[in-house]
Amino acid sequence: MSSDAALTWFARHELRLAWREWLAMMTGGRRRRKRAVAIGLIVFAAFMHIPAWAVIGRFADLRLPLDKSSLIVITASIFLAWALMLSQAIESVTRVFYARADLDLIMSSPVKLSNVFSIRIAAIALSITAMALLLSTPFVDVLVIVGGVRWLSAFGVVIAIGLSAAAVAIAATIVLFRLIGPARTRLVAQILAAIIGAGFVIALQVAAILSYGTLSRFAVLTSDAAAAIAPGIDSIVWWPARAALGDGEALLLLLSFGLILLGVVMAMFAASFADTAGSASVHAGSGRQGIRAKAFRGGSRQQALRRKEFILLRRDPWLISQTLMQLLYLVPPALLLWRSFADSSTAIVLITPVIVMAAGQLAGGLAWLTISGEDAADLVATAPLRPARVIRAKIEVVLIAIGVLFAPLVLALAFASPSQAAVTASGVIIGAVSATSIQLWFRVQAKRSQFRRRQTSSRLATFAEAFSSIGWAATAALALVIPTAAIVSGVMTAGLLAATWKLSPRR
Amino acid sequence: MKSEQSALQVRGLTKRFDRLAVDALDLTVRRGEFYALVGPNGAGKTTTLRMVAGLLRPDAGSVAIFGIDALGEPVAAKQMMAWVSDEPMIYDKLTPLEYLEFVAGLWGVDPQVAHQSARDLLVSLGLEPHLGERCEGFSKGMRQKVALAGALVHDPSLIILDEPLTGLDAVSARHVKGLLSDRVRAGSTVIMTTHILEVAERMADRIGVIAAGRLVAEGTLAELRQQNGRSDTSLEDLFIALVDVEAAA
Repeated sequence: MSSDAALTWFARHELRLAWREWLAMMTGGRRRRKRAVAIGLIVFAAFMHIPAWAVIGRFADLRLPLDKSSLIVITASIFLAWALMLSQAIESVTRVFYARADLDLIMSSPVKLSNVFSIRIAAIALSITAMALLLSTPFVDVLVIVGGVRWLSAFGVVIAIGLSAAAVAIAATIVLFRLIGPARTRLVAQILAAIIGAGFVIALQVAAILSYGTLSRFAVLTSDAAAAIAPGIDSIVWWPARAALGDGEALLLLLSFGLILLGVVMAMFAASFADTAGSASVHAGSGRQGIRAKAFRGGSRQQALRRKEFILLRRDPWLISQTLMQLLYLVPPALLLWRSFADSSTAIVLITPVIVMAAGQLAGGLAWLTISGEDAADLVATAPLRPARVIRAKIEVVLIAIGVLFAPLVLALAFASPSQAAVTASGVIIGAVSATSIQLWFRVQAKRSQFRRRQTSSRLATFAEAFSSIGWAATAALALVIPTAAIVSGVMTAGLLAATWKLSPRR
Repeated sequence: MKSEQSALQVRGLTKRFDRLAVDALDLTVRRGEFYALVGPNGAGKTTTLRMVAGLLRPDAGSVAIFGIDALGEPVAAKQMMAWVSDEPMIYDKLTPLEYLEFVAGLWGVDPQVAHQSARDLLVSLGLEPHLGERCEGFSKGMRQKVALAGALVHDPSLIILDEPLTGLDAVSARHVKGLLSDRVRAGSTVIMTTHILEVAERMADRIGVIAAGRLVAEGTLAELRQQNGRSDTSLEDLFIALVDVEAAA
């Protein structure tokens, strides 16, 4: 096989792997689900056009030349999409580095490694861009249908920012490897991904609260102050916005920039990609020395279980990044709370659903990790402890963790409004217990490392968990403003839980 | 033999998945005995031991551990035994000492006793330089040693091992074999499945040959030879002959 043919073959192989991984993620590894997933995706994509229309339908009539305010809003939206893609890309690159998978086979094969890993880098970029295209389609569709075909160029912008996000993610991750080593990079990269994903929106909200006392990020973007410090209309900064609006020249430049950036990253890092990936898979987590050999602690068997679970949760990179992200999302409402002390704003009510929602979501993740994600299932099953006690100890861990994380927030709220704090505390408890119950009803034996795919094991559990959190968050918010509506919302959410239980395999 | 005198007594044990995996199996292992269970792939060795360890519910039959009905009183039965599988059951994010502390806690061992025992075990298995490292970077052999130390830290009377030597290098395998022999000498009972017939031949007091979910032969090596009328043959030849006969039947 010639060198070119070998590379083409490898590219096909990479794309097939990426496709199958995506398919397995969507179907939970069950072949029979393919048709159901395809129908579900089509229905979902069609449905997504409704919120897409609600969010950006009003921008469809925008035409060049634009005023600064509109340019800022569009550019910020594109930057937000880029930040989210970058976050996703860092996560993907880290996963590729730490999965040994076919690394030994590739590195021992008689092919030029820099070429092979260039293709792997390109495959990462392609899969990230493809996912971004998929997610952006409803939005661009709405713009095209309402505003005309010139909006088709927005797809080009998505491709350009997808390529550049992948390039930056690869470069950043490899630099992290060299700076802090493979052992720490995984954790730092996951935290970085979480911060980058949420950071931009939160920063805008924080700025809006500090300047205008509102959670709306558009308040900052459309302000005179933002327009005053923004560069001139002809600036390079507005290329993405102009490209999205159908400026062919800007689109061409943007696409060229994305491709060149990816090419530069390939040229610079493809050769060392193999070494980096190799050292990551070999040294993953090793070398964590210096943990003092303390005396063993006594206590009951359940205490031993709880202690183990707490240690594992503390050392879980996913959990740390997710908790950090949840806490980041709580920064704007917390700031709003702080400002509300001064002007007794009614916006303080917004804090309750945010906290309840965060508690439900975090409890769901924690419950999966402790109840289903048991790496030594045989060990625990052969221990002289009744299964009910094992489950009880694990549930206690989830609820204690949620209590520890959310008690300070509720306590702070109690100083501003004791009644709201009581409602929030009730919402947190009910939301956390509901999410934990769902995970309990749908528990499966799995490794903690499979957390990323937990949603695929049961779509019903995933949706039930999300809707339960949303339902209890809405109920808590309504309880503060329209108590009668809260009863309706509460009954509906409880009904959803009952239906979930009825359909669960553990009933 | 009365069940109180035996470490393990299995009667009529049956398990069916899509086919019959264990077929009304009777098995008795004496106290203080090193018992090796050998058989071809898919013979039902692991399924049998998983039922004994309480990991699988049998469709029929009984299991008694030192006279305790393991199906009726699982907690009391589990208190006396340890299970080691060929896939090490450990936590990547714990150090070996933390893992052993957890296991000792689950079995309710006195913390001071467990601490000393854990250190001794890890040192004897050559893991002393790695006591403070998390297990995530460990090789398969090191992970297997940690799992084995976990099984022994609560000083079980019955140790059940499913292919414990898989993935171990020669030195590590010798460590493990030495440790198991020491336990038997100290009065514990060991039941082990293995595909390495030389290990069964050299270490086991008695050998059980299982095929198609049934015990087709059992005894010391000399007894097995006598039963088959081959006075100077190896266990490997005996095994192949027994399994061939069973397959033909």
